Amino acid sequence: MNKPAETGTATATATEAPPAAPPKPKPKRHVISVLVKNVPGLLAQVANLFAARGYNIESLAVGETEDERFSRMTVTVRGEAEIIAALKQGLKRFVNVIKVLDFTGVDHVERDLALVKVNIPAGARQEILELIQVFQGTVVDISLKDIMVVVVGPELKIDTFLNIVRPYGIKEMVRTGRLAMARGSVMEGHESE
Amino acid sequence: MSRKIITEPMVGARLLLECLRNEGVQVVFGYPGGATLPIYDALYSFPEIQHILVRHEQGAAHMADGYGRATGKVGVCMATSGPGATNLVTGIATAYMDSIPLVAITGQVKRDMIGNDAFQEADVTGICRPVTKHCYLLKAVNQMPRVIKEAFYLARTGRPGPVLIDIPRDIQSDKYTGPLDVDMDLPGYNPRVQADQAQLEAAAEAINSAERPVFYVGGGCVLSGAHRELRAAAERANIPVTTTLMAMGVFPGDHPLSLGMPGMHGTYCANYAMDKCDVMVSLGARFDDRITGKVDTFSVNSRKVHFDIDPTCIGKVVETQFPVVGDVRESLKRVFKHLKTKERKLWLAELREQKQKHPLWYPKDGLRAQHVVERICHFSHGKAIVTTDVGQHQMWTAQFYSFVEPRHFLTSGGLGTMGFGLPAAIGAAVGRPGEDVWCISSDGSIMMKIQELVTARRLKLPIKIGLMNNGHLGMVRQWQEMFWQRHYSHVILNDSPDFVEVAKAFGCYGLRCDKGENVDAAIQEAYKFKDAPVLVDFRVEPEENVYPMVPAGGSLEDTLHYPKGVEVV
Repeated sequence: MNKPAETGTATATATEAPPAAPPKPKPKRHVISVLVKNVPGLLAQVANLFAARGYNIESLAVGETEDERFSRMTVTVRGEAEIIAALKQGLKRFVNVIKVLDFTGVDHVERDLALVKVNIPAGARQEILELIQVFQGTVVDISLKDIMVVVVGPELKIDTFLNIVRPYGIKEMVRTGRLAMARGSVMEGHESE
Repeated sequence: MSRKIITEPMVGARLLLECLRNEGVQVVFGYPGGATLPIYDALYSFPEIQHILVRHEQGAAHMADGYGRATGKVGVCMATSGPGATNLVTGIATAYMDSIPLVAITGQVKRDMIGNDAFQEADVTGICRPVTKHCYLLKAVNQMPRVIKEAFYLARTGRPGPVLIDIPRDIQSDKYTGPLDVDMDLPGYNPRVQADQAQLEAAAEAINSAERPVFYVGGGCVLSGAHRELRAAAERANIPVTTTLMAMGVFPGDHPLSLGMPGMHGTYCANYAMDKCDVMVSLGARFDDRITGKVDTFSVNSRKVHFDIDPTCIGKVVETQFPVVGDVRESLKRVFKHLKTKERKLWLAELREQKQKHPLWYPKDGLRAQHVVERICHFSHGKAIVTTDVGQHQMWTAQFYSFVEPRHFLTSGGLGTMGFGLPAAIGAAVGRPGEDVWCISSDGSIMMKIQELVTARRLKLPIKIGLMNNGHLGMVRQWQEMFWQRHYSHVILNDSPDFVEVAKAFGCYGLRCDKGENVDAAIQEAYKFKDAPVLVDFRVEPEENVYPMVPAGGSLEDTLHYPKGVEVV
């Protein structure tokens, strides 16, 4: 469905928002990397662990690792420290979970990828192409009315790009879950206690 | 292990039995059905494994569980797909909560029918994942040797627990050739048995420096077989011992250092020691809410030492300064060398005073369940294997039966499953033939699994059922009386059958006792029957409460004692 919903909603909430309630600080975001044995059912098991405690997974990326016997799940979740600790302990109890790493406080790299189909209003093509260039996006498809772009980067970069092109109209957008990897060599010490 | 190779093509069902035998399985508790037909056909000509037919799959799971608790071996239960498998779930969850080794085998519909809402299909691995240590759905017959081996290994090692193996029916008929004994593939599973030396020494130092230490002993001590090591450590360092519901008997209840059970219905003395200690040494216990009450006020002035094989258990509820990850028995053996002998006279005298001031007490008039339990203990010399169901009678058994050996008190502590007692007693009696087995139950609980009287009768097991018949769901009634304005909502069981006649109808013996002075005679009479179960219907006080009681979320000072105003004697 090519629904340019993004443009409308932003303004609607801006005008209709109730008088400013003091914003509750969002719980800290944790990016947790889980190395698992590549077997059926494990994703359901991990997802259920979060669901059973009423925790919403903000993003999730799963894929094979350099060793095809193992997969890596990168889970992004917000929560209080104790809850996150309990979740990590829960993960470690699974027989097929090999390693649990929390990137909080660890020097690491994070990347998201977004596929965005941007509307092209009359005469705006060049302008949009320039913006894409600034964000080092790649044009993967183009028609008279829209343009499909791949943008890769940390969450903030993707969010900024989306905000910039939103006025032209975003017809469709998909994003991957977050991928993360520690810089240098990950030592045992980084494993959550 | 012999590296036996199967050269003649063997069907999966037979292969399963060969694998079970390879694991030392002698008994399987089960109930057949469409999706396990090939397995039952293989059992027909496999005398090496005894199959015990139950009358409800939940009973099979509890029997395997009771067998495991009584013997320390891995119990095995089996059910067909769909309803058979879902009936096992309560039993599996019961074992999971108490970390009992169990392997549950379920039939599944044929592989190409899975997910089609086939007849008697249920996603059993999906249902059981949260209540098992691990689940397997077999996808091919050649996985069987590895999966069975892994399942038993997972069930009994580390923190034990139930493992489920779901076997599609067509795999049971598929042919297999190859090795019977194969390597396991569990790269993520490495339970730490040997504790770290530095952790051990730090723990020993904390214990040595303590003036008012207490051992808080849980089911982990039973599971690791640490009773001798525990006693040696307690006696060397003069450390008083509290034993949780799961640890009854791992330290002799009649030992001068024994304080009894801590927690909601624990002795005042045990709770006092937990509250006032300066170092609390948890040995395979998990700081359950029935022990801690309100966590914020739980033993605030003590440093915690926690021995456990499951690192995820340490620091989960209370902050722990001295973790010791490893097998409790191994750790205790090693820590013993570092323990200093200390008299701790003041601390022990203080606890003795509390014990004398607040003993477990009940009025001596009428016919009371507490008295019955005390007399059963007397006549069985504290040596019976006692199973219970859940509720008041369970607490009274823990309070008034003085257990002196481990693996003698089998009860559903974590999940609190009514209906556990009778099948668990059957499992225990099968696993330890010739031993004195009592099932202490009640008019509420017994009805949950009474059909297993058939199984006990067929096996000629002389199980003695002490039925504490008070005409109520006693524990719920107690809470309604104390905290819900005496709104006795659906707790009055005035329509129960005549249990003596029920027992007789099942081909068992039935006795009734409705007077306090007849209790001894009734128990002695029960001991006369050797060829079938006997049920003794004790018509106990209908509105008795369990004391002492620390109300849920309370602390030591909130303890409610037996209101002695009602004493008649």
